[in-house]
Amino acid sequence: MSKQQANWSPYDNNGGSCVAIAGRDYCVIAADTRMSTGYSILTRDYSKISKLADKAVLASSGFQADIKALQKHLAARHLIYQHQHNKQMSCPAMAQLLSNTLYYKRFFPYYAFNVLGGLDNEGKGCVFTYDAVGSYERVGYSAQGSGSTLIMPFLDNQLKTPSPLLLPAQDAVTPLSELEAVDLVKTVFVSATERDIYTGDKVEIVILNAEGLRREFMDLRKD
Amino acid sequence: MFRNQYDTDVTTWSPAGRLFQVEYAMEAVKQGSAAIGLRSRTHVVLACVNKANNELSSHQKKIFKVDDHIGVAIAGLTADGRVLSRYMRSECVNHAFTYESPLPVGRLVVQLADKAQVCTQRSWKRPYGVGLLVAGLDESGAHLYYNCPSGNYFEYQAFAIGSRSQAAKTYLERRFENFMDSSRDDLVKDALIAIRETLQGETLKSNICTVAVVGVGEPFHILDQKTVQQLIDAFEIVGEEEPPAAEAEDTADQETAAGEGAPAEEGAAPMDI
Repeated sequence: MSKQQANWSPYDNNGGSCVAIAGRDYCVIAADTRMSTGYSILTRDYSKISKLADKAVLASSGFQADIKALQKHLAARHLIYQHQHNKQMSCPAMAQLLSNTLYYKRFFPYYAFNVLGGLDNEGKGCVFTYDAVGSYERVGYSAQGSGSTLIMPFLDNQLKTPSPLLLPAQDAVTPLSELEAVDLVKTVFVSATERDIYTGDKVEIVILNAEGLRREFMDLRKD
Repeated sequence: MFRNQYDTDVTTWSPAGRLFQVEYAMEAVKQGSAAIGLRSRTHVVLACVNKANNELSSHQKKIFKVDDHIGVAIAGLTADGRVLSRYMRSECVNHAFTYESPLPVGRLVVQLADKAQVCTQRSWKRPYGVGLLVAGLDESGAHLYYNCPSGNYFEYQAFAIGSRSQAAKTYLERRFENFMDSSRDDLVKDALIAIRETLQGETLKSNICTVAVVGVGEPFHILDQKTVQQLIDAFEIVGEEEPPAAEAEDTADQETAAGEGAPAEEGAAPMDI
């Protein structure tokens, strides 16, 4: 009697890459806009970035149906928070909420690989990186998704504090300026697009700073 | 109203076909401080009197934002009102989650009314002791509803509830025909004047009243004290179009007998109006 196997999967991977970089007083969150399934492209123009609160922006890659449900859930919780506390949720608070929400479905997870970026209560940039079941950590920069294995080593090279003699190596909030960080993000996506078939078409870049939110798009290779 | 042998349980009918506990709940609404609402084609304004119990305490919150397109003002047992507002907010959030569109006001008030009705037909519950003025905007336009503890609800062009609300109602009755085409600012002005009517001579100041607006292109929000004070100053300077306080009080006495707290033997029970 051999084990019964399911002949369908509740999950699909729609691909794509997400990146976030925290600066001294800004945060850059970026994701490509390609949505795929298998070896096909579903659309070249799908945003993986969602503004959850004034100072918290989520970029997620993975199974977009799960991600849509997750974003809606978080948005509803944020509304309730605003009614009860008369203010917006801070980024660290949203980070904890996201972690709890993901772990809630520990035994039927959201197939979502998340990067949460924003400004903390002191106005400094913060980035939180997650796995599918809610384990999270505050970091200076992160990449998730199909291109993450190509992107992360490059970000380590550029942003991790240089001295390998000083352990543990800290990836502190980068001293780069906002414009330099945006440039780095563009470079990173262009490189990832070259070798990852699921990354391409366009990159959507969201910049959060004291003045508010700014959005930029840049074309990428469409093959 | 006087005590009688049919008023102990909400599930006991009187021989005249009345539920006294429900009527007593509506009395509780009349004891609360005044709240008024009025609407035009495109805007709805809610205003209420905020009297603190004593100088040292803060005042009760009586106007609640339910969603971007709906707000509510309460009079009566404010704790009941707070709980009902939480219910309304939850309904709006759930509806928006499921249907990706704002909950129509008419649906919300029906749900609220059904919730209130349940409490009039369970021996282990008591009716909610709060009247709600629900102001909202949806595809069919701007709406103002009044929800009773009895489970009834009505749509109004303008209405006032709570203590000394008759004075405000008299003012609104004279002016309501103009409201439909009023501008937003005129509507707010009328709301403030109506509130002033309920104060019976006391000076209207922004620290004893709260005003909230919802309209086309304007999500529900409570006006801040500074803005309200500026509006009060603006129309006081222009010169008041006064219903003299005396006239308002006389009409109030007459109408109280006929309409509001009908004594046990007279006419239709209040909740049937």
